[in-house]
Amino acid sequence: MLPQASSSAHSFEILFGVIFWFSLISFLAVSTAIVFFVIKFHRTRRDPFKTPFIHGHTVLETSVAVGLFVVVMIFFIWGWADYKKILNAPQDPLEINVIGKQWLWEMEYSNGRKLINEMVVPKDEPVKLLFSSADVIHSFFIPNFRLKQDVVPGLYTTLWFQASLLGEHPVLCAEYCGSAHSKMLATLKVVSKEDYDTWQKQWEKAKTQKVEEAQEDAASMAEQGKGLFTQKGCTACHTVTGQKLIGPPLNGIFGKEVELQDGSKHFRDENYIRESLMTPGAKMVKGFAPLMPTFQGTLSDSEVNAVIAYLKSLKE
Amino acid sequence: MHQATQGHGNYLTEGGFWSWFTTLDHKRIGVMYLFTTLAFFIVGGLFAVLIRLELFRPGNLFSPDLYNQLFTFHGAIMIFMFIIPIIPAALGNFFLPLMIGAKDVAFPRLNLTSYYLFIGGAMLAVAALFSGGVDTGWTFYAPYSLRSQTAVILVTLGVFVMGFSSILTGLNFMVTIHKLRAPGMTFHRMPLFLWAIYATAIIQVLATPVIGITVLLIVMERVLQIGFFDPKLGGDPVLFQHFFWFYSHPAVYIMILPGMGIISEVVTVFSRKHIFGYVAIAYSSLAIAFISFLVWGHHMFVSGQSPLANLLFSVLTMMVAIPTAIKIFNWTATLYKGSIQLQTPMLYALSFLFLFTIGGLTGLFLATLSVDVHLHDTYFVVAHFHYVMMGGTVMGLLAGIHYWWPKMFGRMYPELSGKISCFLIFLGFNVTFLPQFYLGRLGMPRRYADYDASFTTWNMVSTIGSWFIFAGFLWMFAYLIWSLFRGEKAGDNPWGAKTLEWQTSSPPQVYNFEKIPEVKEGPYHYGVMKTE
Repeated sequence: MLPQASSSAHSFEILFGVIFWFSLISFLAVSTAIVFFVIKFHRTRRDPFKTPFIHGHTVLETSVAVGLFVVVMIFFIWGWADYKKILNAPQDPLEINVIGKQWLWEMEYSNGRKLINEMVVPKDEPVKLLFSSADVIHSFFIPNFRLKQDVVPGLYTTLWFQASLLGEHPVLCAEYCGSAHSKMLATLKVVSKEDYDTWQKQWEKAKTQKVEEAQEDAASMAEQGKGLFTQKGCTACHTVTGQKLIGPPLNGIFGKEVELQDGSKHFRDENYIRESLMTPGAKMVKGFAPLMPTFQGTLSDSEVNAVIAYLKSLKE
Repeated sequence: MHQATQGHGNYLTEGGFWSWFTTLDHKRIGVMYLFTTLAFFIVGGLFAVLIRLELFRPGNLFSPDLYNQLFTFHGAIMIFMFIIPIIPAALGNFFLPLMIGAKDVAFPRLNLTSYYLFIGGAMLAVAALFSGGVDTGWTFYAPYSLRSQTAVILVTLGVFVMGFSSILTGLNFMVTIHKLRAPGMTFHRMPLFLWAIYATAIIQVLATPVIGITVLLIVMERVLQIGFFDPKLGGDPVLFQHFFWFYSHPAVYIMILPGMGIISEVVTVFSRKHIFGYVAIAYSSLAIAFISFLVWGHHMFVSGQSPLANLLFSVLTMMVAIPTAIKIFNWTATLYKGSIQLQTPMLYALSFLFLFTIGGLTGLFLATLSVDVHLHDTYFVVAHFHYVMMGGTVMGLLAGIHYWWPKMFGRMYPELSGKISCFLIFLGFNVTFLPQFYLGRLGMPRRYADYDASFTTWNMVSTIGSWFIFAGFLWMFAYLIWSLFRGEKAGDNPWGAKTLEWQTSSPPQVYNFEKIPEVKEGPYHYGVMKTE
């Protein structure tokens, strides 16, 4: 049997079991009736010219319909309630960027640490994965958690979980993506909080030594983003001090609502920022002119991630 | 025209070989569809056998690229060239005019046009097979299908052309049912097969244009680099999925409704009973057709569409269960106090009831949001789909083929052989697909050329099951072909059925009836009437 390594796995098993037993009983009821009727009313026992003329039975048919309606509504509401838990991540989860590529998974921690086809997370801590794809659609599937999420190019999708079982859990690609689709596998290692912290600290220590050797690549994502922010010329129009230039200031804006040109409100989340970089005219902030050029083709996915990490790090 | 012989010979013998290619006779067009689609079924089936061989154990028998082509062609051929056309275009074409007491469909020329469009589209798809193949899966998901180096354009154009065949057939049937019913045949006196064909025709006409447009957009994006679906060109890949399933979900009901129609005919004839709940079965077909347009998003619960959309699609999908269950209930209740005979058509009809019930119930798991998150894109879905499509539609089709075989060709199939192959197929089907539910629950994703060793046992069982199905069909094709030449001559009405097609000769004469029949009662007046 498949291990249950998260709270969502536990909820899945309960609801799956309920639907399973309902289905099994319904199936047995239908098939017993069929077999019984076929034996009892076989031609050898029944005169074909003396069968009764039965049109139907409205009350019986209606009660089947109503009864079934009630049952499927229970399944629906129960499924929705569990699904909401899958959707809504708790406050301040550990965030990991995941980029799907033909045919590997690239994990990127907020401290800049990158792993291929391997992810390490602490047990009993909420972890939120932020997915993007470098090419076609993939799907990040963790059977032991009973979770999956499509990884779509040009769109951020997310998934959160809280692992409850130490050890290694397989990750598979569940959306067909070409030749090596079945080899696009990764391992998710669940370790204790202490082990996780040590694991990161050791790496950060090693990194600091390298930074001293002027290794720029290994800068944290927010640092990389800060560099890009200047390099790509963003500072010409946007400040991070609250001062308005040609474009809106960008400090402390992440995750907050903003009023748009047409008067509607919009959350400035990951997808909003990506869209503002790629299609700047799509959701203009009220009071600013559409002057920004597109960064389509200029910024890679991991660079967009870095810029977002930088914007997240800025406080008001 | 053979004025002199009109009404004397039957539709099979009238005219020479060439006359088949220019025929406007709905029966001949039906027979041509039957043999063409069955030929594609054999090809698609052979691909399935190869798929199961590759999956017999871990490791690669074929290269992953070849495997990807195998499942793509298996899916595309079975869906677009077999299961969508076969019941409406083959059996529907043959029996719709006969069952309403008409001479032909409303637009015989359009009918032949549909057939040639189908052949044209199918040839494009077959051409793709010989020019590099296609590896996108039958779903053509963007942006993979936009970047694949294979012959995507040929196949999608094939689907586009075959779509027109489907639309024109649907249109033809709708007009025929409205305008050409014999005197006295009210809508409520129509056999339920025709209600099912009618509901199917509505979906064919309304939904098929959308797949046409969608695959055309794929072609335009590939050829002209217009960004509809590829984010690199500013497109949206999730939009493709909406377009695709907006057709392809209703299309699932194009596939199953006609099969359900056949079950209503066969169950009544072989239990000598009036159908239980005629009105409920008739209108549940229309209800299913209607709801089918509103549930496409249940293919996309983890695609990144909004949670609100997921909520709505989940609740609407649950609604499909109700008309479907009513049908199962009513067919079962029809058996009650009947006088049941277990000839091959009835055995297939009962197989349908068993297997389709499993197919329907496993749909509940997938409609439930949190459960689908795990099961989506695993073998659970593959098994569910095959229980509905093969356990449902194909069992219905085989019931229909055996039931109407004596009418179509004037000869009986051999009964014992029929039962043997039904047993082999029923057994093989369950051995093949039941383990796949379990594999899916364990988390084995679909479309995997290779799998983890922990999945081996049940994959082996599944592959062994596929050999029984293969043997069953091999035996069936052998005895059906044999029966065309050597089968016992069938009378006009070997089953003692009440619907109109049994009131003419077997095989029917060219213009169907000596004189247009007059209908005085419903199609299922078996048994002793209550004196009221």
